[in-house]
Amino acid sequence: MKDKRPVNLDLSTIKLPLSALTSITHRITGVIMFVGLIFMFWALDVSLSSPEGFETVKTVLQQNFLAKFVLWGLLSALAYHCVAGVKHLIMDLDIGVTLEGGHKMSQAVVAVSVVLVLLAGVWVW
Amino acid sequence: MVTNITNFGRSGLSDWLMQRISAVILLAYTLFMVGFFLLNPNLDYAAWSALFQCTLMRIFSLLALLSLAAHAWIGLWTVSTDYMKATGVRLVFQAVVALGLFAYVVWGVQVLWGA
Repeated sequence: MKDKRPVNLDLSTIKLPLSALTSITHRITGVIMFVGLIFMFWALDVSLSSPEGFETVKTVLQQNFLAKFVLWGLLSALAYHCVAGVKHLIMDLDIGVTLEGGHKMSQAVVAVSVVLVLLAGVWVW
Repeated sequence: MVTNITNFGRSGLSDWLMQRISAVILLAYTLFMVGFFLLNPNLDYAAWSALFQCTLMRIFSLLALLSLAAHAWIGLWTVSTDYMKATGVRLVFQAVVALGLFAYVVWGVQVLWGA
C-alpha cells in the first residue's frame, strides 16, 4: 500500500448517484442521532425518575410541537439508518453486489424509509 | 503502511466486525422498544419502571448502551477521518465525540441503576 495515495473526498466535486446519496444520508442520520441522543436520554432519565417525571415527559411528547417534531426527526433518522444498515448487512452476505444491484437496493432503501418516516409521523401525531 | 492509532480496534477488519455486531444488537433493541410502545399504547409509570427494574432488561439495555458507544465511535471516527483533513480539527472532533459517548455511557448506567 502506498503511503500517499491520491484521495479526493471533496464532495462538491464528486457526482453523486443515488447509491452515493443514500450512503451520505446514512452518515448524516448517524451524526444526527449522536446529537439527538441527548433528548432521548433526557426523556428516559426523567420518565424513570418518578411518576411526576413520567407525566412531564408524557405531556411534553404529546403536547409540545417542537418536542414532537424532534421526536419525529429522530425516529425518522433511526428508521432510515436501520434500513440502510440492513442493506449493508445484506450486501455483506454477497447479495446484490453489482452496479445494478446496488442501484436497486438504494431505491429499495429510499422506498422503505419513506414509508417508515410517514408511519413515524402518524405515530407521533 | 499507514498505522491508525485512533480507530476502535486498531484494525479495519476488527472495526468492521464490531460495527456489524453492535448494529445487530442496536437493531434488536430498537425493534423491541418500538414493539413495546406499540403493544402498550396507554403506558403508565408503574409498567414503564417495572420494565427497567427487570434484570434481563437491564442486561439488554447495558448491552445496547455499550454497543451504541462502540458503534457511534467507529461511525464518527470514519466520518471524521474522511472529511477532516487538518489533524488538529480531527483530533478535537474525536475528543469531543469520545467525551460525549463516555458521558452517555455514565448517564445511561446511572439511569438504569439509579432509578
